[in-house]
Amino acid sequence: MSRFNDDNLRLAKEIIGRYPKARSATIPLLHLAQQQEGHLSDEAMAHVAELVGATPAEVLGTASFYEMFKFEPVGRYLINICGTMSCALGGSDELLAHAEKVLGVKVGGTTADGLFTLERAECQAACTEAPNMQVNYRHCHRMTNELFDRLVDDLRSGRRDGDIPAHGTLARVRQQIPAERAVGPAALDDRGAPAWLPAKEVGG
Amino acid sequence: MSSYRWAAGYIDDGDRPKIVTSRFHLEDSYTLERYLATGGYQALRHALARTPAEVHDEVRGATVLGRGGAGFPAGTKWGLMPADKYPRYLVVNGDESEPGTYKDRLLMELDPHQLIEGSLIAAYAVGLAQVFLYIRGEMPLAHERVATALNEAYVAGYVGKNILGTDFSVDIVLHWGAGAYVVGEETALIESLEGKRGEPRLKPPYFPAAIGLYGQPTIVNNVETLSNLPWIMANGAAEYVRIGTETSPGTRMVAVSGHVERPGVFEIVNGTTTFRDLIYGDDFCRGIRNGNQLKAFVPGGGSAPWFTAEQLDLPFEGKLVGAAGSMLGSGAIMVMDHTTDIPAAALTLTRFYAHESCGQCTPCREGGTWLERVLQRVVDGRGTSADLAQMKEIGTSICPGEFPHASSSRHGLDATPFPYKMTTICFVGPSAYAPVHSALTLFPEEFAARVRDRVQIPVTAVQ
Amino acid sequence: MSDTVKPTETTPQVASDPDAVSITVNGVEHAARKGQLLIDALADAGEYVPRFCYHERLSPVGKCRMCLVECDTGRGPAITVSCMVPVAPGMKVDTQGETTKRMQEGVLELFLANHPLDCPVCDKGGECPLQDQAVSHGPGESRYLEEKRHFEKPIAVSDLVYLDRERCILCDRCTRFADEVGSDALIHFAGRGNNTYITTFPDQPFASYFSGNTVQICPVGALTARPYRFKARPWDLRQQESTCTTCAVGCRIAVQSSHDEVLRHLGVDSDPVNHGWLCDRGRFNYEQLHSADRVLQPLVRAGDDLLPATWSEALAEAATALGAAKAAGGAGSIAVLGGARGTNEDAYAWARLAHEVIGTPNVYAQMGDGLPADLLVLERATIDEAAAASTVVLIGPDLKEELPVLYLRLREAAVKGRTRLLEFTPKLSGLSTVAWRSIAYEPGTLTAAIDTALADDQIAAQLASGPVVVVAGRANLAESSTATVQAVRTVLAKVPGSTVLPAFRRGNVIGALQVGMRPTEGGLDTRGVLQAAADGGIECLVLLGADPVADFPDADLARRALAGARRVIAVDTFLTASSAQADVVLAACAFAEKAGTTTNIEGRVSPVARQVTPAGSTRPDWMIAVELAEALGGDLGYDDVGQITADIAENVDGYTRVTPEALSAAADGVVAYAPTGIGPVALLAGEAPARSSYDFRLIVSRTLYDQAEGTAHSPSLAHLTTATTVHVNPLDLGRIGTTDGATVKLTSSKASVVCTITGDESVLRGTAWMPFRHPGVDPRELIDCFAHTTDLRIENP
Ligand SMILES: Cc1cc2nc3c(=O)[nH]c(=O)nc-3n(C[C@H](O)[C@H](O)[C@H](O)COP(=O)(O)O)c2cc1C
Ligand code: SF4
Ligand code: SF4
Ligand code: SF4
Ligand code: FES
Repeated sequence: MSRFNDDNLRLAKEIIGRYPKARSATIPLLHLAQQQEGHLSDEAMAHVAELVGATPAEVLGTASFYEMFKFEPVGRYLINICGTMSCALGGSDELLAHAEKVLGVKVGGTTADGLFTLERAECQAACTEAPNMQVNYRHCHRMTNELFDRLVDDLRSGRRDGDIPAHGTLARVRQQIPAERAVGPAALDDRGAPAWLPAKEVGG
Repeated sequence: MSSYRWAAGYIDDGDRPKIVTSRFHLEDSYTLERYLATGGYQALRHALARTPAEVHDEVRGATVLGRGGAGFPAGTKWGLMPADKYPRYLVVNGDESEPGTYKDRLLMELDPHQLIEGSLIAAYAVGLAQVFLYIRGEMPLAHERVATALNEAYVAGYVGKNILGTDFSVDIVLHWGAGAYVVGEETALIESLEGKRGEPRLKPPYFPAAIGLYGQPTIVNNVETLSNLPWIMANGAAEYVRIGTETSPGTRMVAVSGHVERPGVFEIVNGTTTFRDLIYGDDFCRGIRNGNQLKAFVPGGGSAPWFTAEQLDLPFEGKLVGAAGSMLGSGAIMVMDHTTDIPAAALTLTRFYAHESCGQCTPCREGGTWLERVLQRVVDGRGTSADLAQMKEIGTSICPGEFPHASSSRHGLDATPFPYKMTTICFVGPSAYAPVHSALTLFPEEFAARVRDRVQIPVTAVQ
Repeated sequence: MSDTVKPTETTPQVASDPDAVSITVNGVEHAARKGQLLIDALADAGEYVPRFCYHERLSPVGKCRMCLVECDTGRGPAITVSCMVPVAPGMKVDTQGETTKRMQEGVLELFLANHPLDCPVCDKGGECPLQDQAVSHGPGESRYLEEKRHFEKPIAVSDLVYLDRERCILCDRCTRFADEVGSDALIHFAGRGNNTYITTFPDQPFASYFSGNTVQICPVGALTARPYRFKARPWDLRQQESTCTTCAVGCRIAVQSSHDEVLRHLGVDSDPVNHGWLCDRGRFNYEQLHSADRVLQPLVRAGDDLLPATWSEALAEAATALGAAKAAGGAGSIAVLGGARGTNEDAYAWARLAHEVIGTPNVYAQMGDGLPADLLVLERATIDEAAAASTVVLIGPDLKEELPVLYLRLREAAVKGRTRLLEFTPKLSGLSTVAWRSIAYEPGTLTAAIDTALADDQIAAQLASGPVVVVAGRANLAESSTATVQAVRTVLAKVPGSTVLPAFRRGNVIGALQVGMRPTEGGLDTRGVLQAAADGGIECLVLLGADPVADFPDADLARRALAGARRVIAVDTFLTASSAQADVVLAACAFAEKAGTTTNIEGRVSPVARQVTPAGSTRPDWMIAVELAEALGGDLGYDDVGQITADIAENVDGYTRVTPEALSAAADGVVAYAPTGIGPVALLAGEAPARSSYDFRLIVSRTLYDQAEGTAHSPSLAHLTTATTVHVNPLDLGRIGTTDGATVKLTSSKASVVCTITGDESVLRGTAWMPFRHPGVDPRELIDCFAHTTDLRIENP
């Protein structure tokens, strides 16, 4: 529905400025667009394309490769239940069935109030803490049906707003490179060895 | 947080040397203040006091085997970059997504400065122009911790222009992924970092050391690999190789999950610790849950062929495990007890790799899904014995020739050692077949029963 | 196979090649070339390795895995991707072994797993690499029992191309073509894994001038061309190699027909010319052949009407007109314009008729919308030389719009870093983004811009670094050609040794000019002829496939000329704005209805084939010339076209090598040299005046899809033409006090018109651009062909 707002456009340009080639900023910018809108609209992708110097089709090609980008609105909370081996061995099928029942939606569905979207996910790097799930990618370890119910309650009532922002916001802390400390991207036609490397040692 | 625990899963009982997890017990381990108070950035100072070549030699001397899966020594890898070609880049691989693997996330969440310092040491040693720290998208906490650490480190003068007042200057740029397992493969990681679809590049001719990011020489190293460097610079390679074995020095982080009494992430001594120690040891997992029997385990992440109790006494050492028909991969052990439905367990992995195929090469794109569908049918009790044969045929189309597997006295089988031949570009295709092949080879009776009896049982019988 | 149409030629075998690399193929030694990919070396050795993603003109990607073979480089047999690996000495390759066979069967089975196998209703059926290779290398039968992938049935990815995703095997050819060759990465992979598919961005179709190439190289029937869909089965098609004469690049094509109807053009891979590519205009404008608007028999005027006549009546009428004209005003009152749309033979016969039989010096194939013929005497470069030069100086039109495949060749040279483009352009062009330096100039200041550029140290160093080719054409129809001629002379004077590739546009304009369709001593050029006609000095104007009313840049003069010419004879395929005013229309054959040769911008002469019977009673131009000569009491002495080809070789300076024998032996044509005797053409005196700061300086240039007859009568292309608007830099909209899409009034020294305005970043501030020959407002009304430049006042109406 929208292009970047002014603040995000400034941020987008700052992010682009960190890379030797603008196109490298594609994924960070898509995240930023998703943060602004909750999902990726065609206009947002076209704007990203414009900013990184790719065609919109190329940006769509990149975006659609990655699981985290959503092209339709999803719930405020995206619940991802891991179903890969360790979690499956730890009972994730049962957890998923319970979640479907509690939320009243099937995998892939969004609750009528627009709060929850339920997905079945792959390994979340928490295999010792099975079964594991994520809410907007925040890990929830060793889930039980009771923990799940409590979590859903907490989310509904806003008690978790402090640590789980709405879908789209990934990290609440961004990297900031102070201008005076920044080296800047290494130009690709800068063919010389860096200053601290004595010429005789090149090749390491 | 109700369901998130501090350093979840990390267990440091026992008297084990700690190289990368030494701060994990501290609540504020991730802050600059704590890092500095515990010797942080001293290794960088040591490094800067020496020539880049000396630093590189020190790392080479430590033989730090890559922890991302391939196990290639870091110092040697750095040396593969063509001389005189600049700029050179480092891409830190923080895309941890191999099934069973859980360590890099902890290292980023709990000790981000250690990773930053390791990256700086690498940058100094081989003259890198820029470092990109690629963190898996589904890890916002790691992202926040690393971002905070970088912000602190920039201000404090550890990163950026004229680091610690020297002429060593390098930026570390935090980059986020967006959810695609295959991007962990180093050339796919580079493609992704270039803003493209994360499709692995063909090798040859594109080994990243020579032609990497933007076509320039590029090192890709795993988070854990780099996290070892501050210790090595501070204590010396000689100290490092004193731990572990000659071929596998130092320590490594291993996650043991599944049906064990106490699943956890451990920093173990490399090369000597056995699977039996890990699964049954008191300092480790303390045996199979509920006193059950071990049925099988995956020794090195979801891509690895399976072991059974017969391989328990093998040490965590790459060559030995390879000869026994599997691989160590990314330090991930998944344990199945006797209640496990083997075809269903295999399906959770095959489905993973089929789902995560990038889709560029035919055998993986088509073969992975085909395998998944046939296996699903078998698991659902709708399979036939022709389906079992067909799975092997599909597997042969992905991996012509013999596929590695463990020995099994039950079936009178000798081990077929690693590696395999493959028709695919990367290992995702073969990985979809590995669990099927292991399950069919080591537990043919479970499949036979399934196609005969057409029964359906859940993945895990809840105890 | 349709995607690798090769010129029918046998490459001469080199005896001892220093670059030879010895490899062993199935136990037999074979000499491969250094750097050659294994897949090509194996093909040379007679072992065709099946492949899908590999295409000789695209960078190899090794994705489909069809070409895997076992190869031993000394460390035991290893699976090798033959399309990615260059040959190395001592390689031992086994293309017949167990493993190789098993891999090929396996990969093919996997390809077919999700393929719909709807061959009987697929356009590709019968010429499909998947079908063919499944038979030759496949497993026999599929054991795939699962549900196949489903996608929406054919979707239009552009106006010309349909995509059936179920048939797509994701070989990456179309996408690589779009990205690497065509520069429009508008078609791309989306999704991942087993859900990967080809797509365009919503609301942004694959609007490429080169989209048809993707259909040709698609190894399955996933991409189909709208004009050809369901028209024929491959086994019903007859084909001949020919040359596209839509523009002067002269791409090699295969013309295919069924039941005497041309149904398809395929690109033929000619190494020096088109590399197998065609532009969509050249690929699809065969539709005009079968247009209901074709003139099918001669027409003779009776009052306001043109009525059908027999050939003898019409020829007699034409002869009478010429005779009467000569009697009234002498041979000098007769003028013959045109010839650029026919063959060399047509042009030569007409040149002889005009000069020898009629005796007029007023003969010209240029329509005043190009550059004067005397540029052709400059030292000529070939396309290959341009694409290999260290610097190409571009002084001319947007090649993407006018000479599309030349654009592809130069773009490739620039992108691959072989060649640096130094572009001078009044408006950003298709090559600007890949140019080393793109220097935008305001019309009237080109020579000054060149002087400044050549004084720049970096540019001077670049020009001194190696061979320089100047690509010279007419960038702006609202500016006199004098500017370009002077600019080219300036560059040649300052960069000695540079050569020229003339970017002349009309199909055989170079051939027509070279074989004689040009003024002789004292003769008038086109502007002179039109001026004389308007002044009542032309007794008979002969238009040989020429349409000055629509093509001459000064609309007013052209109109007055047609009205002022006492008698008009037209030889044409359609009733155009000009031929509709003729007294006699002689119905001409079109392309593919007549044989002969054509000459491209390089001077390369290649054959044009007759593939179908001429429509109605139409005749080739040369035959009309012969008959008209006879009616006038002359004798050109030709009974068939081959005699003319031979005559040209014998008599035309520069064409001596271009004998019928040489032509039939050389698949890529024979390069003719320009005749030396082309006299200098008068330039406009004086200098361009400075622009007043209130005015906009006008640029008028062509786009690929204009209202040219061939395009307008090809239904698949006709609707791609857009209505005329005037484009100015977005920053100038405010200055005018208007907004994008509003209506404005344009006033020049000649006329005033009302037109929609468009903000366009590719236009320089202070200039205005309008497309030539688009529907709606005609910018030619504003142009005075006797002025150096055209200045406009733009205001609210
Ligand atoms: C399919 C695939 C997935 C991979 N995923 C990861 C990963 O998530 N993290 C990682 O560090 N290495 C991963 N690797 C290994 C990398 O390709 C690469 O070898 C490693 O990052 C190099 O770092 P190291 O030498 O420090 O181990 C993966 C490899 C493959 C084939
Ligand atoms: S094996 Fe699979 S994931 Fe790897 S390149 Fe091929 S299709 Fe992609
Ligand atoms: S549409 Fe055709 S050319 Fe394009 S990827 Fe699919 S099969 Fe290949
Ligand atoms: S570039 Fe010219 S010659 Fe080639 S296909 Fe297009 S119109 Fe025909
Ligand atoms: S032709 Fe070689 S991999 Fe496709």
